[in-house]
Amino acid sequence: MAATVERLLGKSIKRREDPRFITGRGNYVDDLKVPGTTHAVFIRSPHAFAKIKKIDTAAALKHPGVVAIFTGADMTGVNSLPCGWLLPDLKVPPHMPLASDAARYVGDPVAVVIAETQDAAQDAAEKVKVTWEPVAAVSATDQATAAGSTRIHEVAPSNIAFKWQIGDAAAVDAAFRGATVVKKRIVNQRLVANPMEPRACLARYDDATGELTLWVTSQNPHVHRLLMAAFVLGIPEHKVRVIAPDVGGAFGSKIFLYNEETICSWATRKIKRPIKWTSTRREAFQTDAHGRDHVTEAEMGFTREGKIVGLRVKTIANLGAYLSTFAPAVPTYLYATLLNGVYEMPAIHADVTGVFTNTVPVDAYRGAGRPEAAYLLERMIEAGASALKMDCAELRRKNFIPKFDNGYQTKVALSYDSGNYGAAFDRLLAMVDYKKFRSDQEAARKQGRLMGIGFSTYIEACSIAPSKVVGSLGAQAGLYESGKVRVHPTGGVTVYTGSHSHGQGHETTFSQLVADELGIPMEQIEIVHGDTGLIPFGMGTYGSRSASVGGTALLMSLRKIKEKGKKIAAHLLEASADDIEYENGQFQVKGSPGKAIPFGQVALTAYVPHNYPEGLEPGLEETSFYDPSNFCYPFGAHACVVEVDRDTGHVKILRYLAVDDVGNVMNPMIVDGMVHGGIAQGVGQALWEGAVYDGGQLMTGSMMDYAMPKADMLPMYETDRTVTPTPVNPLGVKGAGETGTIASTPAVVNAVVDALAPLGVDHFETMPLNAERVWQAMQKRKG
Amino acid sequence: MKLPVKTTINGQTQSHEVEPRLLLVHYIRETVGLTGTHVGCDTSQCGACTILMNGQAVKACTLFAVQADGAKITTIEGVAKNGELHPIQQGFWEKHGLQCGFCTPGMIMAAHQMLERYPAPTEEQIRHQLEGNLCRCTGYHNIVKAIQWAAEQMAAGKK
Repeated sequence: MAATVERLLGKSIKRREDPRFITGRGNYVDDLKVPGTTHAVFIRSPHAFAKIKKIDTAAALKHPGVVAIFTGADMTGVNSLPCGWLLPDLKVPPHMPLASDAARYVGDPVAVVIAETQDAAQDAAEKVKVTWEPVAAVSATDQATAAGSTRIHEVAPSNIAFKWQIGDAAAVDAAFRGATVVKKRIVNQRLVANPMEPRACLARYDDATGELTLWVTSQNPHVHRLLMAAFVLGIPEHKVRVIAPDVGGAFGSKIFLYNEETICSWATRKIKRPIKWTSTRREAFQTDAHGRDHVTEAEMGFTREGKIVGLRVKTIANLGAYLSTFAPAVPTYLYATLLNGVYEMPAIHADVTGVFTNTVPVDAYRGAGRPEAAYLLERMIEAGASALKMDCAELRRKNFIPKFDNGYQTKVALSYDSGNYGAAFDRLLAMVDYKKFRSDQEAARKQGRLMGIGFSTYIEACSIAPSKVVGSLGAQAGLYESGKVRVHPTGGVTVYTGSHSHGQGHETTFSQLVADELGIPMEQIEIVHGDTGLIPFGMGTYGSRSASVGGTALLMSLRKIKEKGKKIAAHLLEASADDIEYENGQFQVKGSPGKAIPFGQVALTAYVPHNYPEGLEPGLEETSFYDPSNFCYPFGAHACVVEVDRDTGHVKILRYLAVDDVGNVMNPMIVDGMVHGGIAQGVGQALWEGAVYDGGQLMTGSMMDYAMPKADMLPMYETDRTVTPTPVNPLGVKGAGETGTIASTPAVVNAVVDALAPLGVDHFETMPLNAERVWQAMQKRKG
Repeated sequence: MKLPVKTTINGQTQSHEVEPRLLLVHYIRETVGLTGTHVGCDTSQCGACTILMNGQAVKACTLFAVQADGAKITTIEGVAKNGELHPIQQGFWEKHGLQCGFCTPGMIMAAHQMLERYPAPTEEQIRHQLEGNLCRCTGYHNIVKAIQWAAEQMAAGKK
């Protein structure tokens, strides 16, 4: 009898992918070497908005080493980059890979130079002469629709891409009558994702087979292939292989189909040589889809006792110069549908206007819509507490939706899966020792010190997503996931997942899942991801969906493997398949572990089917597609303690605490790591980060100007969890990739506002709360 | 015009003719073919290209290859000896000091010099010494833990 195999799920197993990364043997796109590779450099617009009068490539073509130069005029038969989420009456302007009529943001590509070496391409690019006719640009979110602003696209009068609303306006009007209503202007500034690995691609066309291979920094290689092959280039999907090898972080910015990989894939078919492009960081700032960028007027009403009666929200969302792949979904279905938060909210109405501006296209950035919702709610709760002169923790506790296990219908379309919001918050209050903090704060204030605490609670809709639901809301894709399990004759297992890891650790967590289900050692398991040539199909990784959707698909296949294995084992044991159970890596007759066949022997039998059940196909390989029945809804409560320097306005984080509930946890070490990183990004938004445009020029165009969080700006994080499994999937996992980013921004801002309360500061319209902005606010209030 | 450059990288002699404008990081990655050293920015902020040159941690994007003529260089590929991970590498593994892995080589090389300067660093010293290295995944928490772990192991090894 086999010894009981140790369960691995739920344990902090060290990552299997790490040895290659810590020894410098990761394999990122820019590391790839293919013989005969040429190098691409893009000619980009230096203007925010300019008509293209002429592109003169004659001198550049003569430059030694130049292989080809292409402009938009050369790309005949190529379609617009598609928008994958269509709202009703959405204005969809053409977005050509190379702009030929006009460039609409600084960085918009208009030509590509391809040369034998990177240096030759760069040198030749400087000889391409573009004659521009600059047009007045508009970049500010709240100016886009103003009379007199230039129209950026013919199809979009007043630069409006869409007007969209959700909720019950009349119910909010009624609820506000007689209520205490607080009103705030809330700006959620523009951010740059800045994964440490810049985007890159290597496109190779094999003229002999007609096959195109594209290595690209992608979170979802199948989506890249489908959009590029079928919608833009019109080439057969089955002749295109997209590979996303090791990818150095993404945070949403590598979901989308971009101009550069599309152009390289088109051009390699023309020149019949491989083409590589690697973004510089400057290009990353100018072309990676930006995140957030909302200007909102929000009103929240309360009874005198502190119960929320309603929420009214009017948001302008800046979409940039073109519609990026999923842009319209972010400020609508991923934002306004989350405005119910974790609170009982009798009436909600949200009105969202998406606008075009002469800026980099805006799309999903870690959290995508949900951080905007959480930030708004948590600032409004604070405003309410201030107006009602009520403790902010007490006000939150009064309004939490009570514990529920299976379904809570919100006022804005979503039906939450399971929740216990008060429990997470109470755990947080205990960790932070709230009462003690308030007395410490009072003592500090008497000494003239500015200490503050900020709370946030959040809910997110992740595990994206039920295909039927998102289809009815405008998605042009299904959002299921695939998982294929191939058992080899010797009992080794290769798993093919449509999900993609770019830091999440799939090779470890998915191995834990397989090892537990099959009762075999992790060393016998290989996880393959990121290759359309090997994996059935897949929607990739974003929206905290890998474990919940990808993991469930895998689980389904593992169960099919075991079912088939039972039939084979039953035949060998001369028993009925119904009497066979699978325990500790062996198929055994129920109740008689002595009568057993190990997994490896069943695997071998499946491939050497000499003594085999009648009518059963040989082989041991199963594929499943899992389409979730609902989103999953992680939640939690975070707190931040800060001290503000009275003289400089500098904010120092003294403590950061997080209690997250992501359902069941497959690997606590990995989940904690994602929470840490998410917190850092959210703190970055609160205190330092922001993409700034001036007259259409991106002023924060490098890491010298855009403040990335550094080690010495951040504390150690104090994390804990509550566990409320989701009923949506059999693993009970909700999703953990974005929680930190969603929760931390409001916690930090609320802490700074609390610290500055003695000076009369009660709000900041705009983040980041860098020293200058805080100092200015302090001066204004001091009079 | 090309100029000769001769270096010792991870114990192996390298001799090439290169353009004077070639950055050391591109020399290491493209000419020598050691791609563990990464390029994450254009402005020497991110530290992904950190290597050891004559024992000093330097950002390989801040030097021309020709400036490294005669230098002894260690890259991430040369840190493990005889298949044995260095305690810093082991620390990053043990303490989950990496996620996507892109900044990791630079972090390890920066930590290498840090622990020579401060064999028993405080948390504050570690954070300050990492001022030139950016990570977008970990929020630095586990990087600090990884370096503390390595410091303890290295101290124990010296006893």
